[in-house]
Amino acid sequence: MKELKLMKGNEALAEAAIRAGCDAYFGYPITPQSEVLEYLSREANSRTGMTVLQAESEIASINMVYGAAGTGKRVMTSSSSPGMSLMQEGISYIACAELPCLLVNVNRGGPGLGTIQPGQSDYFQSVKGGGHGDYKLIVLAPSTVQEMSDFVGLSFDLAFKYRNPVLILTDGALGQMMEKVELQPQKTRHFEDLGWTTTGRKNGNGRVITSLHLKADEMEILNNHLQAKYREIEKNEIRFEATDCDDADYIITAFGLVARICQKAAEMARAKGIKVGVFRPISLFPFPYAQLKEYAGKVKGILDVEMNAGQMVEDVRLSVEGAVPVYFHGRMGGVVPSPEEVLEKLEEKFAGGVK
Amino acid sequence: MNEKTMLDDQHYENMIAEESVCNAENLVYEKPSKVLYDTPMHYCPGCGHGVVHRLLAEVIEELGITSDIIGVAPVGCSVLAYNYLNIDMSEAAHGRASAVATGIKRVLPEKYVFSYQGDGDLAAIGTGETIHTCNRGENILILFINNGIYGMTGGQMAPTTLPNMKSTTSPFGRDVETMGSPLKITELVAQLPGTYYVTRQSVHKPVNVRKTKKAILKAFEYQKLKKGTCFIEVVSNCPSNWKMNPVESNKWLDENMLPFYPLGDIKVPDKNLQTDD
Amino acid sequence: MAKVKGDIVIDIEKCKGCELCMDACPQDSLERSKQVNKKGYLYIVKVEDNCTGCTNCALVCPDGVITVYRQTAKNKEQIAKITNVTGDITVTVKE
Repeated sequence: MKELKLMKGNEALAEAAIRAGCDAYFGYPITPQSEVLEYLSREANSRTGMTVLQAESEIASINMVYGAAGTGKRVMTSSSSPGMSLMQEGISYIACAELPCLLVNVNRGGPGLGTIQPGQSDYFQSVKGGGHGDYKLIVLAPSTVQEMSDFVGLSFDLAFKYRNPVLILTDGALGQMMEKVELQPQKTRHFEDLGWTTTGRKNGNGRVITSLHLKADEMEILNNHLQAKYREIEKNEIRFEATDCDDADYIITAFGLVARICQKAAEMARAKGIKVGVFRPISLFPFPYAQLKEYAGKVKGILDVEMNAGQMVEDVRLSVEGAVPVYFHGRMGGVVPSPEEVLEKLEEKFAGGVK
Repeated sequence: MNEKTMLDDQHYENMIAEESVCNAENLVYEKPSKVLYDTPMHYCPGCGHGVVHRLLAEVIEELGITSDIIGVAPVGCSVLAYNYLNIDMSEAAHGRASAVATGIKRVLPEKYVFSYQGDGDLAAIGTGETIHTCNRGENILILFINNGIYGMTGGQMAPTTLPNMKSTTSPFGRDVETMGSPLKITELVAQLPGTYYVTRQSVHKPVNVRKTKKAILKAFEYQKLKKGTCFIEVVSNCPSNWKMNPVESNKWLDENMLPFYPLGDIKVPDKNLQTDD
Repeated sequence: MAKVKGDIVIDIEKCKGCELCMDACPQDSLERSKQVNKKGYLYIVKVEDNCTGCTNCALVCPDGVITVYRQTAKNKEQIAKITNVTGDITVTVKE
């Protein structure tokens, strides 16, 4: 029987973590994601024995994640933009040491201390690296509270499949809004020796979790290994949603919450006789370049809409390779675009074709 | 030269042959080869790290906890500690070893966990993690090697550099007016209710080596009690960056470091608490 | 008290010649060799035949290159006693 509940995005995510058999959460309060830490502090330990610890900073949180993830447990943290910036060093170490874990960024408007309102301005930080060195996170962008819940279990599966950190990139609006959620069944916490985990020396030599390889050739070998893994992820883990794109004359590209706004705008456009579809990348890394390119060949133009100054649009342009014009519309600093505004931009950019 | 070597070696072998002392029955001290790899350590000649590594290995071997212990290496000279200690280890970012150790201990509460950190790592960039780990009373051992200088990066001023002590970034001596005074972080963490056992030791003389070993042994025994953080500072040397030979450096340590960083227990467990468990 | 007969074996290839053992030896049994090992260090050698097996050299050796033997090991109780006299902690006693 379906278990349905009306929940805040942040709480749905926290509930999903408990149900996914998460072993430990380390975090620090920051608006607009504090509900994750609060919910887990209240619910998790008594239900599954999960460890929940409020650290002294995001820097400490991510390093606790590093330590605990090295034991092969299912470990996670969450934060919002300024906090994620503090975590970047640790994330780079985690990516290099190939530790599976879940990171959640409930993005708020920046830069600086910015605002506590929603934003998507951490796209580059999330998808292109953020910390030092050549590494990639698997990045998933939910657009509903349901996906905030569903992507938790998926993220853990991907993290362990590839021994790679997975980031759920969401925003302050999705974190705070309430929607109906169908909850996943409770998984039991389980633990297995994965062959690389540091839980006390087994037969043979002690195992080491490290990101240090002093010799240049060894470090290059590791880099090649990481890059090969990322290529494998690009091959297998592309996720996207194409709504009404097959017969579309124009496509709007958007991720996360903005994609839903754009779907509304597309409906309004279709009511006016303009054939618009919405292409929503769900995995931001790996980005669905080829899939978007296929659609791009069939339409007259693309409008990319984001809550930033134009970040994903660079990947959209890389996909389209100049085949059709790609326009951008962005709102910043915590302002959420409205469907009417998107429709207006669509008509404005494609004036010749649309009218 | 060759002839001389041969003569010398011959002399040495003769000595061994003459004395019947060197046999298994008479063995009283050898390095703990089950936990300490045979790999030569990268440390400079005379560096205290080697002694502390060996003591850790001895204690782990003697307690028989090789498969129940996870160590955390820092950033600094001892970043490669896992190349010498044959146990499971995790290498932490600069200053974060105690946070990493917290993460490990929280998900594996029945295992022994320690962090091994230098003064720059623990008392400068990692001050926050150190204090909060101790304040939460994480049931881990923090082993703090204080040689008053940044060794690996080439002898820069550390938070623990003594007043007027020269380093590459305090070339005229540490001026406390502008550079602050050395941080006695060990006394600081002893103030926190979360710490259970806080002590300051050294490894510059045989008697101190014995005491340090005893402290490490105690710390692991206390860890079983889950009463809080054990914190051991080892005042150590840095011959290369102090620009002295090893023997001189230990003498300098004795005459200059120890008056400022006096040896001995700073916080000892409450006997009643111990027996309560 | 009769002198205890001891001896040490130095792994000269791993010795870095730091001389801390020389400094710690109460018997002045140790000396720097005139030759270098493969790493180029002037390693330490035992030159006097007066070692008591007190373990001081091995305790301060940062590279763990010294193994110590003591002749009285036939009687293990005696060994334990001696160890307790020299220091307050037991040194590994091998059978």
